Amino acid sequence: MKLTGAQMVLACLELENVDVVFGFPGGAVLTLYDEIYKRGLRHILTCHEQGAAHAADGYARVTNKPGVVIATSGPGATNLVTGIATAYMDSVPLIAITGQVAKPFIGTDAFQEADITGITLPVTKHNYLVKDICELPWILKEAFYIANTGRKGPVLIDLPKDIQAQEGEFDYPDRLKISTYRPTYEGHPGQIIKACDAIRKAKKPLLYTGGGVISSGAHEKLLEFSRKARIPVTTTLMGLGGVPCDYELFLGMPGMHGTYAANNAINEAELLIAVGVRFDDRVTGKLDTFAPNARVIHIDIDPAEIGKNVLADIPIVGDVKLVLTEMLKRIQPGDTEMWCAKVLGWKKAHPIRYRQESNNCLKPQYVIEALHRLTGGEAIVTTDVGQHQMWAAHYYRMKNPRNFITSGGLGTMGFGFPAAIGAQVAFPEKKVICIAGDGSFQMNSQELATAVKYKLPVKVAIINNQYLGMVRQWQKLFYGGRYSQTSLAGSPDFVRLAEAYGAAGFRARNVGEVETVIDAALNTPGPVVIDFQVDPEEDVLPMVAPNTSIVEMIGGEER
Amino acid sequence: MKRILAILVEDRPGVLTRVSGLFSRRGYNIQNIAVGPTTEPGISRMTVTVEADPNTVEQIVKQLNKLVNVLKVSDLTDENSVERELMLIKVKAEPGRRSEIQQMAATFRAKIVDISPDSMIIEVTGEERKLQAFLLMMQEFGIKEIVSTGSVSLLRGSKVTRDLRA
Repeated sequence: MKLTGAQMVLACLELENVDVVFGFPGGAVLTLYDEIYKRGLRHILTCHEQGAAHAADGYARVTNKPGVVIATSGPGATNLVTGIATAYMDSVPLIAITGQVAKPFIGTDAFQEADITGITLPVTKHNYLVKDICELPWILKEAFYIANTGRKGPVLIDLPKDIQAQEGEFDYPDRLKISTYRPTYEGHPGQIIKACDAIRKAKKPLLYTGGGVISSGAHEKLLEFSRKARIPVTTTLMGLGGVPCDYELFLGMPGMHGTYAANNAINEAELLIAVGVRFDDRVTGKLDTFAPNARVIHIDIDPAEIGKNVLADIPIVGDVKLVLTEMLKRIQPGDTEMWCAKVLGWKKAHPIRYRQESNNCLKPQYVIEALHRLTGGEAIVTTDVGQHQMWAAHYYRMKNPRNFITSGGLGTMGFGFPAAIGAQVAFPEKKVICIAGDGSFQMNSQELATAVKYKLPVKVAIINNQYLGMVRQWQKLFYGGRYSQTSLAGSPDFVRLAEAYGAAGFRARNVGEVETVIDAALNTPGPVVIDFQVDPEEDVLPMVAPNTSIVEMIGGEER
Repeated sequence: MKRILAILVEDRPGVLTRVSGLFSRRGYNIQNIAVGPTTEPGISRMTVTVEADPNTVEQIVKQLNKLVNVLKVSDLTDENSVERELMLIKVKAEPGRRSEIQQMAATFRAKIVDISPDSMIIEVTGEERKLQAFLLMMQEFGIKEIVSTGSVSLLRGSKVTRDLRA
């Protein structure tokens, strides 16, 4: 079948069951957009390409399907870069299709030309510059295959303008076997036996689990595993929802803003079962003090993660769900009751907590608890990056996987709102709440126009403390209280900003107003912005200072 | 510690950038690199010399294996292999010193490939250590310019790198 390059892209999207794309048109993708128009493909037009990239990312995270984003050449493509890097760091399947100047102009510094394959080389799993129409069908197939298999990630296809119009044979391969790309799914049976033996013998084992559990859909297996072997669980930020927060043996997050119980359990554990995690510095603190007593079982689909930061005694390369399923056949309840009693004692004595004193000074934690209460803990929550992100992680006690959408690896401010738009596009009926900071929200607040235009009922809860709060907290603790450039005094009136876009705006200044306002917001159709004016000086506690041991905690004292 | 990696890659545009970009991005240092064809059309072979401890080399190999265009990475350092590098050296050579230089070159089994009234170009091949020793000897004549390929390396015997399934 003869098709033009643009028609091939549309045909591929159909074959890959893509029913919506996010993007922003421009000169070098006119032909592609003409085809989108003709075929009536659902397209969400954002205000900025970065918003489109984060929206496609949010869509991918909640659906477990690749998100697709389209942008034009040059500035369109470079505006995607932060979004692509965000997806790369959190292993999110994303297909970015960019226009490129026509082939004869490549390399001439033509209008709106940028070497986007060069620019995105370190932040994509793979990328392509299409130079021949004959290559396009397999490139499209391969892009989806690579993005959505193994350790998932973003793939970019740079499509010159002339190739979009050129005709070629469209022969879309059903299956692919790339000799240079063969992810390992099945864990090595010998290693699995070794791991199970180690678990059976361990008196103080601990499950340390992350985003890999979510992306492989292993949450049920994880819970079953923990229950059967009686092993406590700590989940990273990316792993939240991997076990329900109310699960008896769940200890909360580890690391820099981890719980007393999780950090001390890591410190005392004899066996650390690391599942779909990468021993990020925000988790480990000072590396040579991390889990000093533990042998390490490390299960991950990416062989390069094993031994990268912490050496594994028993490495298992494979898909987390498949490996846990195999292990479940072998493990038996160990002799861990003393250990469980000890860590649960820590959990009870040292909870994450805050004090909401008077009615006048609203605590951010109180707001998030109220959001949790009034949504029954069932909402999809997206966050930006900073203090509110940590409070959301602590106090919006996640029940389910793929409901906590946050930029964990890259830490991208401005991620939460467009990601919420993507999540709401995926699930129009679900409650989607973006917990944002006043700083982060302003990085992509223009997308209010998108939410209004497409009638997406995203509720944005701005935890407004009039500071770049996390930076301010570090300045307070480690830079002598010199608040350099962190005051956000003079920010716009967020209620009126929302109204200017045609969204609804509410404000709460004290405890008494919180529930009323959340109720009103949840019952208002369409997008809503709530400005929660909270205590400007509240800190995220407990906290571990950078490059110290994770048991040297500020805050987290006994109740 | 010096390690020699043989990397088989698909011969596609940008592959060299992907490989070298990975080294710079992750903070690994390439000492030298040589790229050339293999007996299989469409497959090139890179030989990369790096200075790194064993854990870092393991990381490098794993990260290289993740590149979609990389077919195979082998660490040839501890294998029984032949390693060669080629260097061209332009030395000052007044007529009175030519025979001295020729003698020295013969000792190192180097070849004189160009002579001009006041200089010579000498071609020498061997392992890095031999090349360094020869360079040292040439210093007293006055080295005007040098150029060298990176190291290339092949396993001894009938084993070939493609068979070394990691």
